[in-house]
Amino acid sequence: MNTETPSKLQQVLSNGQFAVTAECGPPRGADPEVVRKKAGLLKGCVDAVNVTDNQTAIVRMSSIAASTHLLQAGLEPVMQMVVRDRNRIALQSDIMGAWSLGIKNILCLSGDHQSFGSQPDALNVFDIDSMNLVRMVKDMRDEGRDMSGFELKGPPRMFIGAAANPFADPFEYRVIRLAKKIDAGADFIQTQCVYNMDRFKEWMRLAAEEGLTEKVHILAGVTPLKSVPMAKFMANKVAGMDVPDSLIKRMAGVPKEKAVEEGMKICLETIAELQEIKGIHGVHIMAIGWEEKVSEIVQGAGLASRP
Amino acid sequence: MIVGEQKPIAEIKEIVAPYDKLLVLGCGTCVKTCFAGGDDEVAVLSSALRLAFKKDGKKIEIEELTIERQCENEFIQEAAPAIARNDAVLSLACGAGVQDIARLFVKTPVLPGVNTTFIGIQEKTGVFTEECSGCGNCELAVFGGICPITRCSKKLLNGPCGGSQNGKCEVNPDIDCAWQLIIERLGMLGQLDNLKKYIPPKNWSTSNSGGPRKLVREDHII
Repeated sequence: MNTETPSKLQQVLSNGQFAVTAECGPPRGADPEVVRKKAGLLKGCVDAVNVTDNQTAIVRMSSIAASTHLLQAGLEPVMQMVVRDRNRIALQSDIMGAWSLGIKNILCLSGDHQSFGSQPDALNVFDIDSMNLVRMVKDMRDEGRDMSGFELKGPPRMFIGAAANPFADPFEYRVIRLAKKIDAGADFIQTQCVYNMDRFKEWMRLAAEEGLTEKVHILAGVTPLKSVPMAKFMANKVAGMDVPDSLIKRMAGVPKEKAVEEGMKICLETIAELQEIKGIHGVHIMAIGWEEKVSEIVQGAGLASRP
Repeated sequence: MIVGEQKPIAEIKEIVAPYDKLLVLGCGTCVKTCFAGGDDEVAVLSSALRLAFKKDGKKIEIEELTIERQCENEFIQEAAPAIARNDAVLSLACGAGVQDIARLFVKTPVLPGVNTTFIGIQEKTGVFTEECSGCGNCELAVFGGICPITRCSKKLLNGPCGGSQNGKCEVNPDIDCAWQLIIERLGMLGQLDNLKKYIPPKNWSTSNSGGPRKLVREDHII
């Protein structure tokens, strides 16, 4: 169903294996050791690692550079790219540059608004939106042309990802948006963290009904809860996040020192349930700043033997 | 209309301080409607400035005048004698008005007394909202009459993003999610199919990105 690329993540998914991806947030500094250390924690337990692009609009080492450090450490990066900071000229140029460095996967995003970050005075760009970005990467790959129609010498051939948030509103539009992203060229989808399983299953049911799960690889997002305050923060302060009260109560129901353990349990139960959903081809473990937990999750979920 | 907001008095005081004779010039159209620079605001601001300078022991003569529009030569000429007898003009018009006065009276310093905020409407008395970015290529027909370029915080043409919850924008709970509004309105119009359309990247060359714009109407040039 997809154009073949040299991406290992694509190979895993095409082979019908349950894929595991994780996240690596680049440092607020220029020291590559930080990235290498995180790479060490993730190596061998995941198929690919998303590298965030100035997430929450806080200035960090560029995702291209951090992705390159991961490559050198023997990991396969999924370079995240947001349209908040670059216009179409810079986006196309950076995508070609990234490809030239060996980066084979991209996740196309709009990006957190700069008002959330450390430099809210910044001008945002939003020249194109994330849907347009998906189409742009696809056209560069499949048509071998840039946005002006110019034929590229050695076009980038990336495996294209997009995000989906089944928990944002309006719910009924979420499946239409997924369909649009697939039409635009998304090969794989990584979702917002799944806590509200009922709503997630309903979204998957509607997606399957539209035949979308046959057209795209969906990786469900998971994030282990650390504590009750974290669960409450995610429920109330993080845009587009849906943490049901029952989960918060469950976390609150154990002694404080057992909270991490309970959060892990919930995470593993979630993964087990996700594996049963038709059309879910993998999980995306978002444990930013908690990378050491990833291998524990992967092992706990029985997904340790990565190809 | 062009919506503006009067600058803080302290800032205005600082920029007019070097002058002994000042004309406070109001504009009777947009900025009057949004209570920023009409005759009422000219009167109140002038009194406040006189008081403030008196307190400091500085002598300043302030003349008050409001013309219909500061962006049309015909009206601006009405202010010519007053401009001529003052050292500087504090214009309470939008940025276009300030610049038109400056263009026509090259030797007179023209100072802004208003921050021009946006092209908008008066949603209800005292509440003004931004509706148009003047992009030069109106696409409202596709979006049910609601502009995502202006009203979506991320200018999404194929929105909404993942941060839309309960009809509100992630940036600020006071902001309605433009895409929620678009979807509701298209629903009412029976045009929900518009949502399935892929909207290609916008051509920004008609906007300010193409440089300062000029409109020439040959049929109206005398």
